[in-house]
Amino acid sequence: MTTITHEDHHDHKPQGFLNRWVFSTNHKDIGTLYLVFALLMFFIGGAMAMIIRAELFMPGMQLVQPEFFNQMTTVHALVMVFGAVMPAFVGFANWMIPLMIGAPDMALPRMNNWSFWILPFAFTMLVSTLFMDGGAPAGGWTLYPPLVLQTGDSFIFAMFAIHMLGISSIMGAINVIATILNMRAPGMTLLRMPLFVWTWLITAFLLIAVMPVLAGAVTMLITDRFFLTSFFNAAGGGDPVLFQHIFWFFGHPEVYIMILPAFGIISEIIPTFARKPLFGYTSMVYATVSIAFLSFIVWAHHMFTVGMPLGAEIYFMLATMMISIPTGVKVFNWIATMWRGSMTFETPMLFALGFVVLFTIGGFSGLMLAIVPADFQYHDTYFVVAHFHYVLVTGSVFALMAGTYYWLPKWTGHMYNERLGKWHFWLSVVFVNVLFFPQHYLGLAGMPRRIPDYSPQFADFNMLSSIGGFAFGLTQLMFVYIVWKCARGGETATAQVWEGAKGLEWTVPSPAPFHTFETPPKIDDSVVAHGNHM
Amino acid sequence: MKKENTLLVGLAMTAAITVVTYAILVAPGFLTDSGMNMTEGVTNSSKAVYDLHMIILWICIVIGILVFAAMFTSIFLHRKSRGAVAAKFTHSTKAEIIWTTIPILILVVMAVPSTITLIELEDNSNPDIIIKITGYQWKWKYDYIDEDISFYSSLKADSNAARLTGANIDPTTVDNYLLDVDNRIVIPIGKKIGFLITADDVIHSWWVPALGWKQDAVPGFINQAWTRVNEVGVYRGQCAELCGRGHGFMPIVLEAKSEEDYAAWLVEQKSALTVTQAETQRIWSKTELMAKGEAVYEQQCAGCHQTDGQGLAPAFPAMAGNPVTNGSISKHIDIVMNGSEGTAMQAFSKTLTDAEIAAALTYTRNAFGNQTGDLIQPATIAKHNNG
Ligand code: HEM
Ligand SMILES: [Cu+2]
Ligand SMILES: [Cu+2]
Repeated sequence: MTTITHEDHHDHKPQGFLNRWVFSTNHKDIGTLYLVFALLMFFIGGAMAMIIRAELFMPGMQLVQPEFFNQMTTVHALVMVFGAVMPAFVGFANWMIPLMIGAPDMALPRMNNWSFWILPFAFTMLVSTLFMDGGAPAGGWTLYPPLVLQTGDSFIFAMFAIHMLGISSIMGAINVIATILNMRAPGMTLLRMPLFVWTWLITAFLLIAVMPVLAGAVTMLITDRFFLTSFFNAAGGGDPVLFQHIFWFFGHPEVYIMILPAFGIISEIIPTFARKPLFGYTSMVYATVSIAFLSFIVWAHHMFTVGMPLGAEIYFMLATMMISIPTGVKVFNWIATMWRGSMTFETPMLFALGFVVLFTIGGFSGLMLAIVPADFQYHDTYFVVAHFHYVLVTGSVFALMAGTYYWLPKWTGHMYNERLGKWHFWLSVVFVNVLFFPQHYLGLAGMPRRIPDYSPQFADFNMLSSIGGFAFGLTQLMFVYIVWKCARGGETATAQVWEGAKGLEWTVPSPAPFHTFETPPKIDDSVVAHGNHM
Repeated sequence: MKKENTLLVGLAMTAAITVVTYAILVAPGFLTDSGMNMTEGVTNSSKAVYDLHMIILWICIVIGILVFAAMFTSIFLHRKSRGAVAAKFTHSTKAEIIWTTIPILILVVMAVPSTITLIELEDNSNPDIIIKITGYQWKWKYDYIDEDISFYSSLKADSNAARLTGANIDPTTVDNYLLDVDNRIVIPIGKKIGFLITADDVIHSWWVPALGWKQDAVPGFINQAWTRVNEVGVYRGQCAELCGRGHGFMPIVLEAKSEEDYAAWLVEQKSALTVTQAETQRIWSKTELMAKGEAVYEQQCAGCHQTDGQGLAPAFPAMAGNPVTNGSISKHIDIVMNGSEGTAMQAFSKTLTDAEIAAALTYTRNAFGNQTGDLIQPATIAKHNNG
């Protein structure tokens, strides 16, 4: 193919580490930076989780002080949400969106560089709060006042770090939207775009809508603390619950920010390994849009016990229940995609199937949590902890693992070790359930969340959960090893990589050259997965 | 592939997944009253909440079994290794309408009883007795409106000693570890108790699972809740909203008594009140103050300043040789009564009686090697309090 030699000819990467990585404006290199950074954060946040599970291994306080325990739960969540899951999805967006829509790069490459390089600084600052006087923030990732205002010297550093993360996310989102709306190759109509691109487009709008809201909430906390305002201080005429409304107006869309791109990845993988087009492509797009819309009008389901008026409780219950309809449509469509396909079960597919089953279990517990009278019991217990770890770990994180195995050959030019990949999946799927399933029972039995010590009646399941946690944590070292090995060498990957894969990214060689689609590809139904089926 | 084949495999998968689900529920005793499920509780509301929980759970289980059975049937049958050839279909309007409509109907079916139960739960009208609950870092205060009874309730001393990091006390040897308090909230059965719930410092959440609900305690605002307990008994719960260092250590113990026992309890409380007043007025001997002081110190102060008075550097200063415990009495009184801004030292004036504070002060000024010889009388504290 002439285009390939042409590209090879131009494939000179910038020389020197500084030029190549620090000043990079190349979407693939920036994508790699995001992914490596996210992986590092995954292990830092994971180490904190290990401390939490070690303290909870047995009743009694064996290892840490309660204050430090609270710092661990708080920083663990902030690091995982803002440092691991979100940047990992941005890494995927950077790598794959231009390749999937036939664009030469992201629309705003310099901003792309900037939005990444904010992150290491923000997280260095956030993690450094652990070593400050009074320790890191310990009021939970939800930052509820008045408690969060009791944070020591680290308060302002943590708040500033969150502001920086917000700026980074907003810039990333602008870039994604600008790229998708302006840089599609001729013929790549909106309804031909791969679902991963669609879900990221919608996610980016969610980000732009809600990150400023978080910034507002954080700014109000700062002025309450330092400039004598009383937004959240009842003694000054404010209301602590106001913060919760603002936070969750950000927070609920935020959880969808962490799952919609995951839906996108899964919707790419299942058709490939079922060798059958995605079932109900348009309804998938509509379901994503409706989930995004609903995510703005259900926020107070996180606050059923704060003392809302009855009418508000009923409304938020019904609105929340409605989310399970488009979510159900997605699950049914994935299964219908498998139905009468010709399936094989390579590692990406295994993680995708694990996702479908375990995310659905998280969806069920979500539906249960929507029932207000029952939530009066479930709220702030380990049942909620189990719920959001099913949707976030076996949901978002499993999708990230699936996506990594799926596109790794495209990124590195080598096949990863399939046998080890399968081991990684099976160990992960077993231990993650040992880790999180018992937490449902703990919550129902009455164990509150965010406590450093508990009554001996909860001992057995906590120990089980901790064992699952340690094993799950160790298993993830395999992931690093497999990815590392694959980057260093291995069986050469073809451009197509997977027999059933369809889409523009599979038309460029593996590894994808430094510059791709400098001249737009020709697009017709033979190269895109979603032709003119309408 | 033949049609019957699909049906057969589908049934087999359904059966297999049902067995697995059953095992997951039965093995930990979830369905057999082992305490690993939501409690049915002891009120009509808590039973209604439990029923809702079980209905929605069963609905989810049935849907889950069907959906996963379909998925695993496909995984079993439609494999390349079995020679499956991929079909070409990409959508089916009929199927999509069906699997949108059925969930909507199920949701409506669930929404109705949920809303009805919710309306009942939120009916706070006409309580027989009103109790105000205030959350503090890290204890609860109960005010019986109309009865002039008011007391604090904090973690019991034996739990409090065992819960310290590195305490080396086996929690299983402590009765109701972390779920026991010094003073229980007491209510009569059969009466509608109205609660007014608020907080003094940060947000807490008052939760006794046997009553079927929790309600946040928000500083500056008053939330309402109610209960009518059917059975005499002791019901335990915990603070459910993260409220800082001691969040795991501010349990709730509610005792429901028969009406007669409750009346007797009221009388007892009121006479205890007179005793407290008498305690403040009389002059105490040094031995009395030291004995009471040691007990108060152990319960209230040792958590941070340690039983041996050596503190825990850097956050918790030693009492031994401390300039405050050995210096001006009024400054000492001030810091104990009003706390110390920006540190973990809280204000004890609201939570301890005058006699308790006087005893604790006397004790710390004359123990751990401190030898001021000062005696501080409850009346001095009372004067400080009113001045
Ligand atoms: C069927 C869809 C879902 C429903 C109906 C649902 C419902 C709920 C409800 C009612 C709560 C509040 C529980 C409480 O605090 O008492 C909750 C908490 C939570 N959900 Fe979901 N959820 C769904 C899916 C998801 C997804 C997809 C994610 C993220 C990927 C997610 C992440 C979370 C998180 C992080 C929390 C806890 C936040 C915290 O308090 O720290 N949920 N969910
Ligand atoms: Cu939510
Ligand atoms: Cu608390």
